[in-house]
Amino acid sequence: MKGIIRSFLLTPPEKSSLLNIPRGEVVVKMQGITKRFPGVTANDHVDFELRAGEIHALLGENGAGKTTLMNILYGLYRPDEGEIYVGNRRVKIGSPKDAIKLGIAMVHQHFKLIESLTVAENIALCIEEYKFFSHIQDVKKNIGELSEKYGLRIDPDARVWQLSAGEKQRVEILKALIRRAKILILDEPTSVLTPPEKRELFKILRRMAEEGCGIVFITHKLHEVMEVSDRVTVLRKGRVVATLQTSETNPKQLAKLMLGKEIPLRPITHTASLTYKEAPILEVRNLYVLNDRGSLAVKGVSFEVFAGEIFGIAGVSGNGQRELIEAITGLRKVKLGNIILMGEEVTNRTPKDIIERGVAFIPEDRLNMGIAQDLSISENLILKKYRYTPFSGHLFLNLDHINKWVDKLIKEYNIITPSSRLPAGVLSGGNIQRLILARELSGNPKLIVASNPTRGLDVAATNFVRSLLIEQKKRGVAVLLVSEDLEELLMLADRIAVIFEGKFMGVLPTSKADVNRIGLMMAGIEMAKVRS
Amino acid sequence: MRYRYSSLLRHFGLELKIRVERSSLTSRFTEAMVSTLSVAISLIIAAAIFTYQQIDPIIAYKEIFLSAFGSFDGITYTIVKMIPLLLCGAGLIVAFKANVWNIGAEGQLLLGAIVATWIALFSLKTAPHYISIPTMFALGFIAGGLWALIPAILKIKFNVNEVLTTLMMNHIASKIVEYLIYGPWKGKAAWGFPQTDIFPTNTCIPCIPNTRIHYATLIIAISSALIISILLSRTKIGYEIRVFGIKPEVARYAGISSSRVIILSMLISGGLAGIAGVGEVAGLHHRLRYPWAISSGYGYTAIIVAWLSRLNSIAIVPVSFLLGGLLVGGDTIQVVFRLPVNVIHIFNGLILLCLASGEILLKYRFKIEVKRHGTLVSSSS
Amino acid sequence: MEHWLVPPLKVAIEAGTPLLLASLGELYTERSGVLNLGIEGMMLMGALSGFIVALITGNPWLGLLSAMIVGGLMGALHAFVCISLHANQVISGLALSMLGVGLSGFIGKRFVGIPLKATFGVSPIPLLNKIPILGSILFEHNVIVYISYILAIILWLILHRTKMGIMIKAVGENPAAADAAGVDVYKVRYVCTIFGGVMAGAAGAYLSLAHIPMWVENMTAGRGWIAVAIVVFATWDPLRALLGSYLFGGVEALQYWLQPWGIDPSLLGTLPYIATILVLVIIGSSKRLRRAMSAPSALCKPYIREEKVV
Repeated sequence: MKGIIRSFLLTPPEKSSLLNIPRGEVVVKMQGITKRFPGVTANDHVDFELRAGEIHALLGENGAGKTTLMNILYGLYRPDEGEIYVGNRRVKIGSPKDAIKLGIAMVHQHFKLIESLTVAENIALCIEEYKFFSHIQDVKKNIGELSEKYGLRIDPDARVWQLSAGEKQRVEILKALIRRAKILILDEPTSVLTPPEKRELFKILRRMAEEGCGIVFITHKLHEVMEVSDRVTVLRKGRVVATLQTSETNPKQLAKLMLGKEIPLRPITHTASLTYKEAPILEVRNLYVLNDRGSLAVKGVSFEVFAGEIFGIAGVSGNGQRELIEAITGLRKVKLGNIILMGEEVTNRTPKDIIERGVAFIPEDRLNMGIAQDLSISENLILKKYRYTPFSGHLFLNLDHINKWVDKLIKEYNIITPSSRLPAGVLSGGNIQRLILARELSGNPKLIVASNPTRGLDVAATNFVRSLLIEQKKRGVAVLLVSEDLEELLMLADRIAVIFEGKFMGVLPTSKADVNRIGLMMAGIEMAKVRS
Repeated sequence: MRYRYSSLLRHFGLELKIRVERSSLTSRFTEAMVSTLSVAISLIIAAAIFTYQQIDPIIAYKEIFLSAFGSFDGITYTIVKMIPLLLCGAGLIVAFKANVWNIGAEGQLLLGAIVATWIALFSLKTAPHYISIPTMFALGFIAGGLWALIPAILKIKFNVNEVLTTLMMNHIASKIVEYLIYGPWKGKAAWGFPQTDIFPTNTCIPCIPNTRIHYATLIIAISSALIISILLSRTKIGYEIRVFGIKPEVARYAGISSSRVIILSMLISGGLAGIAGVGEVAGLHHRLRYPWAISSGYGYTAIIVAWLSRLNSIAIVPVSFLLGGLLVGGDTIQVVFRLPVNVIHIFNGLILLCLASGEILLKYRFKIEVKRHGTLVSSSS
Repeated sequence: MEHWLVPPLKVAIEAGTPLLLASLGELYTERSGVLNLGIEGMMLMGALSGFIVALITGNPWLGLLSAMIVGGLMGALHAFVCISLHANQVISGLALSMLGVGLSGFIGKRFVGIPLKATFGVSPIPLLNKIPILGSILFEHNVIVYISYILAIILWLILHRTKMGIMIKAVGENPAAADAAGVDVYKVRYVCTIFGGVMAGAAGAYLSLAHIPMWVENMTAGRGWIAVAIVVFATWDPLRALLGSYLFGGVEALQYWLQPWGIDPSLLGTLPYIATILVLVIIGSSKRLRRAMSAPSALCKPYIREEKVV
């Protein structure tokens, strides 16, 4: 076995001192790790331990500090306090380079690949051994061998931008395999995968663990923890709540640990009586949209959203949700098909036109699209109002009115700040989302398009956002809610559509929806077939 | 980012940490400090260079100061130099606020000069003052604006980096001026020198008596700075420019048209540079000459002016006055110490370099914490 | 009797060599994600220091070496300001150009008009220069020209065939990914930026030690800017930079030859810039070309590792 492994080895064996650690021994020990960011303590005296040959799930809500902890182990962040031991030796990991030398590999949630280079070049980049003329041929041979061994099909000459998300992940795993990482960290690796791809990934991880690799598996999905891990460490608000043997726990206990308490789920208020007699607010007909790479991301989607309903779209991220939403809000050109808003054709209209028709948009990427951090809170709040009376005249802004209105909004939405003149960048995450909601919902919208509106928020802020959406719905607003959080959709939506590779696998009323069925549809199985 | 200096201190149970945090908050005071420090440090470094070249920097600086600000004549010269700097700089503020990197004020200025020459020598040579001069300003604005519009359109249509195009277009403009003064527009009374004939007096911008201050241009310059200040802070388009400049994604999301912002900001900055060009030929030289004789790098110096005033279109008025003074002083020490023309660029380069380096003080907040046995003893930022 | 093509092409190579040297350096700098607009100033400082050292020591090689060191130091300054201090690359580059123009004029004043004896003279390569037509075009130059041929090829090989090249491209395209792959982003950028300065210095030395063997204030006459243009024109490829340099060098050298035929030298002088803008437009007009040849994605963007969002 060792011989086979060594044959794949490009780094001289003596460099990785971890090679000889037997399975079951501790390979990584992190003690008292504390990491503060302005305004937040992401990790608060965290202890974490990884053994060779285990898959260790790191479970926690968004914002619990899982990624921060692993970024510290990978040298991307430096801890404010605490010690790290790798293979019983205290180490200081100042950069990913140090981490790589220690045999640590990390597959980030957003892949760290250079799009314009080929697969082989990307892999060659991370091989530590230095030869002046690159041994691209050697690398390709190695890729070939490893691909075969682990069943990771990939074309080494393909440019990374041509690859799908699943393929990119394979490249990342190949990177770890080829330098024979002893410690592999995966950050939410399943969020971009279809269920078959997911099963394949789990198989590979199992195999790597059997060969002695210690694997950290970051996730917030309970069933994945149960399915793949040997042990699980639960983080909550930057602190370790528990470390357990997976075999000795159950999803219910984990959920309780992860969330701190059983959250009272809001009583589901599905409008069962909705008859859909009135004309829809939003009608999308046979829509085709391209993604940034110029290939079709939305392939013939049709649906309607009625006044007073929340229409949910479920699906693994990267299946065309972003493109669909951007097309509806006018940010992306439609290739084919129609978008009809309150009976009027708005296909390929400008974002301005669509805003004027009463469409509010709560974007997924709050910090890059939702606010401009260097503009003041007040200037962020008038972003969609400034061009209309009474906020401005023909030429000038009406600062008096703006200031009064802003103060009112800050109170109404409970945005906590000493002054509306401060840059929005000083606000905390929850307050930023409040700012966005205040801006978007204050104009009495007819349609709200919300994309993962609660991602990364704490429980209180999440509940605030959800209650606002429900309130708007009760007022007769149509809501299009895209979310990767299935539970959220089941809680809020009246109907749920499932999107897979740019197509709707089906639309079903939430009363008839169950997790298993939707899960299968998310994997690309059409509703009709699911039923049978 | 964080640096830790802990070797000796730790021995005493002390821990010194310098934390660097990205900050969204910068005060006017820090901004003014960075600008002042940049100038001060540049003067110190330049003094060292002067000393190395066996020129007493104190005498040189005294000479610079006195020649620029020490006499009535000096001040008028300073104002003459300030005019193009203020015009170009005020325009650049608009472009830079929109995060459009117009490096092409130099070329845009030359285009204004070309158009003014054309009007003065070929189209309106007999027209009265009140027609020819406003026409020059108007067409100069349009010419500079159109010259700037080319990179703007290329940026919008083909996603071409405006730094490269505006830079290239400076050189094209200066070659066009050369072509004109060597070729078709070469003056009959120019004794073979590469320059045009002198403008008829009715096309020369009048000066304040006993000075060379072509006051019409000066008035336009100062009022354009004020207008831009109002434009950016009070108007809808100004708001759009700022939002787009800070984050184009947010601007798009808010329905702000990026093309409109790019075109308008380039048009304004190019146009004002064009007016500066009109002022230089019609107010000062009264003929089209070598590109470096007309402009001597005003378009580039204006970048310093804009940055030194921290893109504040009120502060730019005194700043352009000071930089104008530096140019006058540069001319003087050049004569007094027999230095080459370009010596002034030492100051320009140093100031700009210090300004660029000083940005980090504005973007980040430095916190120094002293910890003793793990507890915070003092913290300052 | 010489073929009629020989003199103009030979001159094009001679005039193109400083452009080639400077643009090869700039190309590497830009490939690593740093724009250096200080080339003009670095060339001038190189030209001056090369001239002074050659004048004092009587050895042009020492002159070249000192020019490279001075250029490298200025490159290091640019690197420090842009990479370590995250400053605006456009501004820093412009500042260094201004500084170079001013400082070289200031220091060089005493040396204006002094003839230089220690120069790189023409040294034909035996045998090779006997090749009909091509021999005298390519192989009857000074040593620096020969070095520049080899350099262009080596730099092409490094960029496209070695791990170092992959590293440089990675850093220029996506520094965060390169960092995560264990590449020291700052180090690569520093090395490339300093290399750019060294090459600009060498280009300057070529001017004052071989091309016009004396010191004239502002003797680069905008060649630094043309070098920046060439990098774009060559779409960031060393071999195309070779082509571009000789093309633009030819334009520069030939403008006076063509005058008798009614072609105005000034207007001809706009050609390199117009051609460069056209190349940018052509790349920008097609998605495929944009993928394959556009500027390094991270060009002009400082890399800061730890910037936590929220």
